[in-house]
Amino acid sequence: MKNIRINIKSFFIRVFNIPFTFLMHAIDIIMWPIQKIIGVRNMPYIFLLPNLIFFGLFVIVPLGVNVAFSVTGGAELLFANREFSGSKHYNYLFDCENYLNANSCTEDFFWRGVHNTIFFVIFQVGLMIFFSLLTAVILNKKIIGRGFFRSVFFFPVLLSPVVVGLIWQWILLKNGILNAFIEANGGDKFSFLTDPGWAMTSSIFVSIWAHMGFYTLIVLAGLQAIPPNLYEAAEMDGTSRERTFFRITLPLLMPNLLVVFVLASIKGVQTFDEIYVLTGGGPGTSTSLIVQYIFTTGFASSGSVQNFGLAAAASMVLGIVLLFLTLIQLYLSRSRENKHQEI
Amino acid sequence: MGNTGSLIKNIVTQKKYKEKYHWTDYFSYFYLFLGVFLMFGPIIWLGLSSVKTLAGIQEYPPTILPLSQIQVEVDGYEKPLSLYNVTLEDGSTAELAEIKRVGITSKMVDPNDTEKKYKIPIDKREKIREFSVQWDNYLDPLRKYNFLLYFKNSIFVTVIATIITLIINSMAAYALSIYEFRGKNLALVFVIGTLLIPLTIILVPVFYVIANFGMINSLWGVILPGAATPTGVFLLRQYMLTLPRELIEAARMDHASEWAIYWRIVLPLSIPAIAVLAIFSIMWRWNDFLWPLIVLSKSEVYTLQIALNAFHGELTSQWNYVLAMTMVTLLPIALIFTYLQKFITTGIASTGMK
Repeated sequence: MKNIRINIKSFFIRVFNIPFTFLMHAIDIIMWPIQKIIGVRNMPYIFLLPNLIFFGLFVIVPLGVNVAFSVTGGAELLFANREFSGSKHYNYLFDCENYLNANSCTEDFFWRGVHNTIFFVIFQVGLMIFFSLLTAVILNKKIIGRGFFRSVFFFPVLLSPVVVGLIWQWILLKNGILNAFIEANGGDKFSFLTDPGWAMTSSIFVSIWAHMGFYTLIVLAGLQAIPPNLYEAAEMDGTSRERTFFRITLPLLMPNLLVVFVLASIKGVQTFDEIYVLTGGGPGTSTSLIVQYIFTTGFASSGSVQNFGLAAAASMVLGIVLLFLTLIQLYLSRSRENKHQEI
Repeated sequence: MGNTGSLIKNIVTQKKYKEKYHWTDYFSYFYLFLGVFLMFGPIIWLGLSSVKTLAGIQEYPPTILPLSQIQVEVDGYEKPLSLYNVTLEDGSTAELAEIKRVGITSKMVDPNDTEKKYKIPIDKREKIREFSVQWDNYLDPLRKYNFLLYFKNSIFVTVIATIITLIINSMAAYALSIYEFRGKNLALVFVIGTLLIPLTIILVPVFYVIANFGMINSLWGVILPGAATPTGVFLLRQYMLTLPRELIEAARMDHASEWAIYWRIVLPLSIPAIAVLAIFSIMWRWNDFLWPLIVLSKSEVYTLQIALNAFHGELTSQWNYVLAMTMVTLLPIALIFTYLQKFITTGIASTGMK
């Protein structure tokens, strides 16, 4: 069996090798004279160039263009046809009597998205931390088939959001298997996807189902980094398992849990696809999140005009929230690296 | 007997005989098996449902296995009739075929003797089922609805995007790890900076850039914006920093060009890191949804994910096709995962990216 595997591997390597070598030789024909002209010292710029062009075109330039879009009006895409409108879009988005009540806002759809996202993120991230911690602690025990169970919990991470949304829609439908199971046990059918409260609950559940494996891995890596002699010492002293967990495991795991918290928040605020497929943001607007607002306003308003300016302004608001969260993340990973160096 | 019992118990929990069982041990196994059920159950249910007939899919309560009712041809009736096990008034049972259902009674006929007709209350009968796998659910969408084309589009995007990502990211990582040059720190900060700006907050302007290149409704419009990834650059750079410099110096002595050093020495030595990035890139691209949804609005350039979403929206009653195509969409990733599982999990654990 092993031989066959190796053969397959070497076969693939050979198949890839021929076009790869050819391509690399071809590029060398251009690179060699360049090196002759600019010298070895300047070659790193040539190597950096393609990546930087991509970053420039698709990240840095768009950042500026986004600002330009958010302060110009009209539905046209080209700037020649767009008129300067100042802070009109921002005023429109923030025109609210009471920010806690979406109905008092001019753009109530946006504020419903904001409220739904806050609600969604609080519960999704909280439960995510709890369950990934629980799962990681259990997977870190000496159990039979640990590798198998690990891959079981990790598997859904690889599924596409469309697949996740469709699978769960199929299960949670009014006439789906979950309701059949509940009825068979004497319960009443639930409207998992068509009742506003239940739709949000289902969305949070499905999102945790799909992403928990990823965060479990991060916590698991942290658990395995805890020196085993600490546990041995605790066992010698006859410390109870509960106490060991709360006095050794949890404090030493805090940095990892913080990383999980920040990463999950960053991802959570940007949630769109699986919920969009699962509920379509409905019923009504009860599960429509901020990114769905941006998507609908900018690209999918059926009937009315696509409002690029308003979508860009809403993106800027989302961007500021994300910037804040990402800076926390960078700070945390920095301080973690420093700690490693001290050790 | 008691011995075997405790032996099995020992095997299951792998404990030394003196240790006591803690409640957390029992809870762990309970949790793990619940986890297997929750994580795999939906996929298995999807697989089983995807080979059911349309009638089987619409049935409530659903049967677990793909069972379909047996249909029989009866003389004098155009369509095949469904077969039932019926308890007759005298207590005997018979296999009858339904001609027509009227309210809570059903007109039925004996398939062997078409002269004998019955009126049976519907609670006195039971469907006769047989195990049947409906592969047409898979074949019909491929034949009728162009799913083969969407599959090809998805593969095109995944392969080309991954190749571009690997080449340009490894080039940048090579420059940032092997050389010392002016502006290196600036370039590093620049790359980190792009981490701060996910695609979700620049959807409109990136769409604008793509529109200026005339790449709306083109697969290149999907491929290019995400080709340079900061996480990829860092992953590769971190790995290349550990390579021995003597090799590179020796190659320079032999008058190798910088490009030759890059592809003949550094790239082959970085294969473990490149493999991790390749797997991630394949996963990102295959599963990508929001950006293709914006760029692709013509059905002939749909990727599998977009097609599946659109298909589901148009044919909500055709769940049998939708489920089969969902299965087709997840299968390649599932295969990659079973083959390269270790690679993926260690990759995520060491880089913290997804």
